Amino acid sequence: MNPRMMFATTRRVLDQLRHDHRSVALIMVVPALLLTGVYYLFENETLPPGFPRTFDRVGLMMLAIFPFVVMFLVTSITMLRERTSGTLERLLTTPIHKADLLFGYAFAFSIMAALQSLVATAVAYWIFNLDIKGGPGFVVMIAVINAVLGVALGLLCSAFARTEFQAVQFMPVVVIPQILLCGLFVARDHMNGLLEGISNVLPLTFSVDALQKIADNTEATQAMWQDAGVMAAIVVGVLVLASFTLRRRTS
Amino acid sequence: MSHSPAGSPAPGMSPAPPAVTAEGLHVTRGHKKILRGLDFAIEPGRITGLLGPSGSGKTTLMRCIVGVQRLTAGSVEVLGRPAGTPSLRHDVGYVTQAPSVYTDLSVEANVRYFGAMHGVSAADTAEAIAAVGLESLARRKTADLSGGEFSRVSLACALVSHPNLLVLDEPTVGLDPVLRAELWERFAAMAEAGTTLLVSSHVMEEASHCSSLLLLRDGLLLAQLSPAELSERGHSNDLEQAFLHIIQEASVTSNRRGADESQVAS
Repeated sequence: MNPRMMFATTRRVLDQLRHDHRSVALIMVVPALLLTGVYYLFENETLPPGFPRTFDRVGLMMLAIFPFVVMFLVTSITMLRERTSGTLERLLTTPIHKADLLFGYAFAFSIMAALQSLVATAVAYWIFNLDIKGGPGFVVMIAVINAVLGVALGLLCSAFARTEFQAVQFMPVVVIPQILLCGLFVARDHMNGLLEGISNVLPLTFSVDALQKIADNTEATQAMWQDAGVMAAIVVGVLVLASFTLRRRTS
Repeated sequence: MSHSPAGSPAPGMSPAPPAVTAEGLHVTRGHKKILRGLDFAIEPGRITGLLGPSGSGKTTLMRCIVGVQRLTAGSVEVLGRPAGTPSLRHDVGYVTQAPSVYTDLSVEANVRYFGAMHGVSAADTAEAIAAVGLESLARRKTADLSGGEFSRVSLACALVSHPNLLVLDEPTVGLDPVLRAELWERFAAMAEAGTTLLVSSHVMEEASHCSSLLLLRDGLLLAQLSPAELSERGHSNDLEQAFLHIIQEASVTSNRRGADESQVAS
């Protein structure tokens, strides 16, 4: 690892994004807009007194899911372009370490993810009065970890796609099952044994679990930190797997 | 700073060890034999031309030297170390045939980024951009440049690290004659200063700029000679004619050999 090369990579990736105003706008605005949609979707629900709004549960989970999906897409396409344009091969003839490249990417996109979830979380709290016990800082933290998970999986999946069209097809394979099984649609303990077993090992499950802990407790709990720790470990594991797909020597 | 003493021989030591040595180099991709047993040495501090028709294996050979190509058999040594050795990444510069730069970045940002891998200064970045004549376009987005300008950005990204060995895959394609002449002057100056250059081309008139030529055809080395020897062996002062002559000579022999082999096979 060489910090100079890593930060140069981070700067370069952010520089590339900066020139692409439309993508930056999409990253910043779309989650907040979708959250607005979710709010009005449940606007007219009738609740028994003292019962929490659906928005407080679903909106909260959305805050973690958006950065995951967006960063997965952005990263897998960016990295695929790097692979197909020859810049990756060229980079790997320089002294850069694979970890510098991967962590440089992960760092750049986590900055974007942090900005994105700051906007979305601010909208959720201040405009729609998201009502949870824990603080918004922890929500943003989980959202950023999720975004880095998206980055890591995107880097890995880009190795298995030859075209951008194929890369996009990885979304239904990698992302949607995690959203279906994370506890957003059906509580995980109501799933059948097989689905619950699968959901137990999917990364997104841990972040949704962590968000529920944040929602239910005013203080950060041990269980929340444990979920965050598992997520971080998964991210590092996936990044290590992704580094094996970067070959300096090909046939 | 990336000029390590390992690459350039100490003065007074003679003869200088070759910058690149290949022995029994074979590369097979799938069932296709791309390189079929190459043996040669490249002199340090000189411009060596790698010439041959398209599909003859020029790019694969360059990839072997840069260390990104998996070898099927044989060996390649670069600056005294096996090709692909991590320490060589500081000493070898490679410019691919298709310009490999970030099209959504400015010229300057591209050169600065590749320079950062070698820890070069801002002055080095500016110097590399000036060397390819793009000072006035430094802040322009690479995607907005013309084809010739675009490929010069790619070249600047390699020059910025001051490599000991510079491997250039068809660097002059798409450049106008004035610029081409300027680049060859620059290459000559770099060789003068001790850099070893390996330049591939399929334009034979460029061969005259090289001090040594590797003629490649169908993955075999037809000859290693100087431009003067080329025109002598090819019976023509026009290097293009001379090259064609040598190729025809060789294909007559290999066709005969091929015919014999297919008779045996059937």
